[in-house]
Amino acid sequence: MIPAPFDYVQAESAAHAIALLAEHGDDAKLLAGGHSLLPMMKLRLAAPEVLIDIARVPELAGITRDGDELVIGAATRHADLAGSALVRAQAPLLAHAASLVGDPQIRHRGTIGGSLAHADPAADLPMALVALGGSVQLSGPDGARAVAADDFFTGFFETALEPGELLTAVRVPCRPDAVWGYQKFVRRANDWAIVGVATIGGRIALANMGPVPLRARAAEDALAAGASPAEAARLAAEGTSPGEDIHADRGYREHLARVLTRRALDGEHS
Amino acid sequence: MQVELTVNGERRSDEVEPRMLLVHYLRDVCGLRAANVGCDTTSCGACTVLLNGESVKSCTVLVAQAAGQEVITTEGLASDGELHPVQRAFRAEHGLQCGFCTPGMVMAAIGLLAENPHPTEREVREGLEGNLCRCTGYHNIVRAVLAAAREADAEVTA
Ligand SMILES: Cc1cc2nc3c(=O)[nH]c(=O)nc-3n(C[C@H](O)[C@H](O)[C@H](O)COP(=O)(O)OP(=O)(O)OC[C@H]3O[C@@H](n4cnc5c(N)ncnc54)[C@H](O)[C@@H]3O)c2cc1C
Ligand code: FES
Ligand code: FES
Repeated sequence: MIPAPFDYVQAESAAHAIALLAEHGDDAKLLAGGHSLLPMMKLRLAAPEVLIDIARVPELAGITRDGDELVIGAATRHADLAGSALVRAQAPLLAHAASLVGDPQIRHRGTIGGSLAHADPAADLPMALVALGGSVQLSGPDGARAVAADDFFTGFFETALEPGELLTAVRVPCRPDAVWGYQKFVRRANDWAIVGVATIGGRIALANMGPVPLRARAAEDALAAGASPAEAARLAAEGTSPGEDIHADRGYREHLARVLTRRALDGEHS
Repeated sequence: MQVELTVNGERRSDEVEPRMLLVHYLRDVCGLRAANVGCDTTSCGACTVLLNGESVKSCTVLVAQAAGQEVITTEGLASDGELHPVQRAFRAEHGLQCGFCTPGMVMAAIGLLAENPHPTEREVREGLEGNLCRCTGYHNIVRAVLAAAREADAEVTA
């Protein structure tokens, strides 16, 4: 399978990428790891006329600490996130989530910015960002802005990114000591979660339980009111709207959300 | 567009279409046929090569994305007629049946051992998660990778 023809431009800086987006408008797409975009282009589900490669823009790389937050460049690959000593110490949930994306080859290419911008509700990093209460930095022709994880995912594969905007960095709070749990339920190797649950410090995020990564608010509220993890987990599917596919129907996904939330609240990592 | 990159130690410069995938470049332009196209959907790993020493699925990388970098395919492993230790281990442990998945398995295994020279059996299985063997010969493949790791240790101590 071969993508439709396109022009390829390598961006030299974030500003250059934004200028190229402005120049080419709807015909252009940013290319990071290419591990969501290229498969879609090969299937001709996407046919951009210009690809703007941002994978090697130096200012989009790197992981640093800024006060009590980690700042992760958008072009940071899953393998680098999973292997980062800083992330493993300060946000172990995020490093763990990155270590479960696809397989080693995919983790050598895919990036956190690409994963968040792609916004697959079944994906690992969007759920992890929602659980951690992180935020994203967006830059466009009109300047830069920050968007909280809870507001970033707006619909099925849709985000708050405006046309012409670039996701430059991801911020997550340092939580070195918080108890966290991560449950990714899969039936096959190198696959997305049938249902996923990430919990940390009273926050519960769910993957593949609706069009966007969701908070399990009813369960969170129960926990805050003093319910036991087992009691709270019984409420994990409330307010969700999971889809149905070959792997699971709605009722099964709701059941998984409850079981996996209990395990995650018990601090289990799958 | 013109791309310059190093393939198996050889510097190359070729005129390619921007949409050309790395696996097609390797097979059709360079004439290196070890990397196979199995699924073409980033699932099977038969197309695995090393890009700057790391395993990648060359059906999901544009040759343009590899420009200026270093690619190694199975053809580039042997030196002075000597097979690479991982290739030797696959032969000794009978880590292949039809052989279709083998180049990808070998490249993924080399990538794995570079990152984790002393993997447990479980780590080998997880490290090869991105590679499918339709002959289902996984048992001997895992044995071969563990044997290659042991052999590398023996060479260091010898
Ligand atoms: C076989 C397979 C299995 C997978 N399994 C999993 C899994 O288990 N869990 C999981 O979470 N993911 C999985 N993935 C997806 C993988 O994580 C991708 O790497 C990721 O979704 C996209 O990141 P990328 O850097 O490759 O983005 P690209 O494919 O380059 O881009 C994706 C989209 O984001 C846009 N984009 C990229 N970067 C930016 C940016 N900085 N600012 C604005 N827009 C941007 C692009 O224009 C494009 O629309 C899998 C992928 C494959 C092929
Ligand atoms: S052909 Fe590339 S992963 Fe199967
Ligand atoms: S040996 Fe036949 S596919 Fe693996």
